[in-house]
Amino acid sequence: MIYNSTVARLTYRALLGRRRALMLLALPVLLLVIAVVIRALGGADDRAATEILGGFALASMVPLIGVIAGTGAIAPEIDDGSIVYLLSKPISRRTIITTKLLVAISVTIAFTTTPILLAGMILNDNSQQIGSAYTVAAGVASVAYSAVFLLLGTVSRNAVVFGLVYALVWEALFGSLVPGARTLSIQQWSLALAERVAADGADITSDVALPTALILLTAATVLGTWYAGRRLRVLKVAGDE
Amino acid sequence: MTTLHISAASRWFGNVVAVNDVTMDIAPGVTGLLGPNGAGKSTLIHMMSGFLAPSSGSVTLDDRPIWRNEKVYREIGLVPEREGMYDYLTGAEFVLANAELHGLKDPEGAARAALETVEMTGAADRRVSTYSKGMRQRVKMASALVHEPSVLLLDEPFNGMDPRQRMHLMELLRRMGDEGRTVLFSSHILEEVEQLATHIEVIVAGRHAASGDYRKIRRLMTDRPHRYLIRSSDDRTLAAALIADPSTTGVEFDAGEGALRVQAVDFMRFTTQLPLLARESGIRLLTVSPSDESLESVFSYLVSA
Repeated sequence: MIYNSTVARLTYRALLGRRRALMLLALPVLLLVIAVVIRALGGADDRAATEILGGFALASMVPLIGVIAGTGAIAPEIDDGSIVYLLSKPISRRTIITTKLLVAISVTIAFTTTPILLAGMILNDNSQQIGSAYTVAAGVASVAYSAVFLLLGTVSRNAVVFGLVYALVWEALFGSLVPGARTLSIQQWSLALAERVAADGADITSDVALPTALILLTAATVLGTWYAGRRLRVLKVAGDE
Repeated sequence: MTTLHISAASRWFGNVVAVNDVTMDIAPGVTGLLGPNGAGKSTLIHMMSGFLAPSSGSVTLDDRPIWRNEKVYREIGLVPEREGMYDYLTGAEFVLANAELHGLKDPEGAARAALETVEMTGAADRRVSTYSKGMRQRVKMASALVHEPSVLLLDEPFNGMDPRQRMHLMELLRRMGDEGRTVLFSSHILEEVEQLATHIEVIVAGRHAASGDYRKIRRLMTDRPHRYLIRSSDDRTLAAALIADPSTTGVEFDAGEGALRVQAVDFMRFTTQLPLLARESGIRLLTVSPSDESLESVFSYLVSA
């Protein structure tokens, strides 16, 4: 079994509780506001669309939402010890991880793809398929980010901090300065897909070739999930002693 | 009927030994796991609940390993010490989720029954975050009972409970024990263990210090004199007769109590000699009560040993 509906329900309620839901909503709302303002000031512009959807939405919004959903799906439960109630049941720990992964993926996709597609429409009426390209990229990136950040949630008590460092420092900053870092970046892998979807005239390029990107995306997702399951099997539910 | 077997189990963290070569069987009935704070009780309970692997030795449920064996949870109910418990759910939702996670046929019915058992039906629709410590403890208890486990493991269950809640939980645990379930609870508070369990397992500094009925354990401590409070029809004559016997090392007349305080070194001899001596001297014994057979004296002896 890879899915348990009760585990999923508990995870959804934890992720979509009031405070987290507001955090998840903040960036998509910001994206739409920016899109409306740019369109109103400068009219439809493919370049602006690429810059905002690539430079803000895919580079910052998607990994940040991935961090919130991926780590939020498990880290708080490990932190406060309530994971005990899941672990002390006749359910395999792999099922717990795959269920939580599916929930994190669905939340990340929901809070990233729809706003990106909408923003693309607002910015340039999806001309040259720029909006669709970034929507597809955000979709696949959501899967990989969820797996990686869920793993981070089972490994470290400071999962959110490490997740933010990865999302902001590695993906956004380091990646733009050091060319090598870009090949090890979920953002670049998903861009390879965007490059394929968008029309040839659109200025979307990735440092990674599409086949390599697909292999790396799959590997990150599968290995991340596998290792998270392993971590959960040997998780020490430490007491206060 | 299910028995937990711990055999030659040790657990160390780095170079700190938390549990050191412990062998014990936890049989049906109520057992108290007693020890000072930091003695290794929680580590031991974590091993029994499958959350920690023993570094050496084994922990099994009958003959099935507990570590990395999720199936054993069909028979184990767990009341953890930590407070985290999905505060955004109501008590009823929390217990229902636990019932569903066990894959029960009628989770709603089971959850309702468990909440009734712990008398939490009234507040079941309030969020867990609004509960007092005692209410949380009872809902945890309901979640542990929802699948009618044959083994119940409770880590410091009475912490933070008021006396009425404590009594209620004790009654419940006693009933579970009488039904033939294996109930193990840990505590560092002597009175709790004394009131609830006659069978105790004592852990001191990671080692298994004692096991059994605490009254019997007391009697085995032959190097410590036993103290008795005795009232009779003629205390002074009895005092003279007792001190003449080698089983007795001291007699004091306690005027306030109107009784003798007797210190005996040879438990077996003293208990057979006392009635004989009384009969020979024509004295009627009115009260003979051990004045230090409490768990407290057993415990302080074991901890200082």
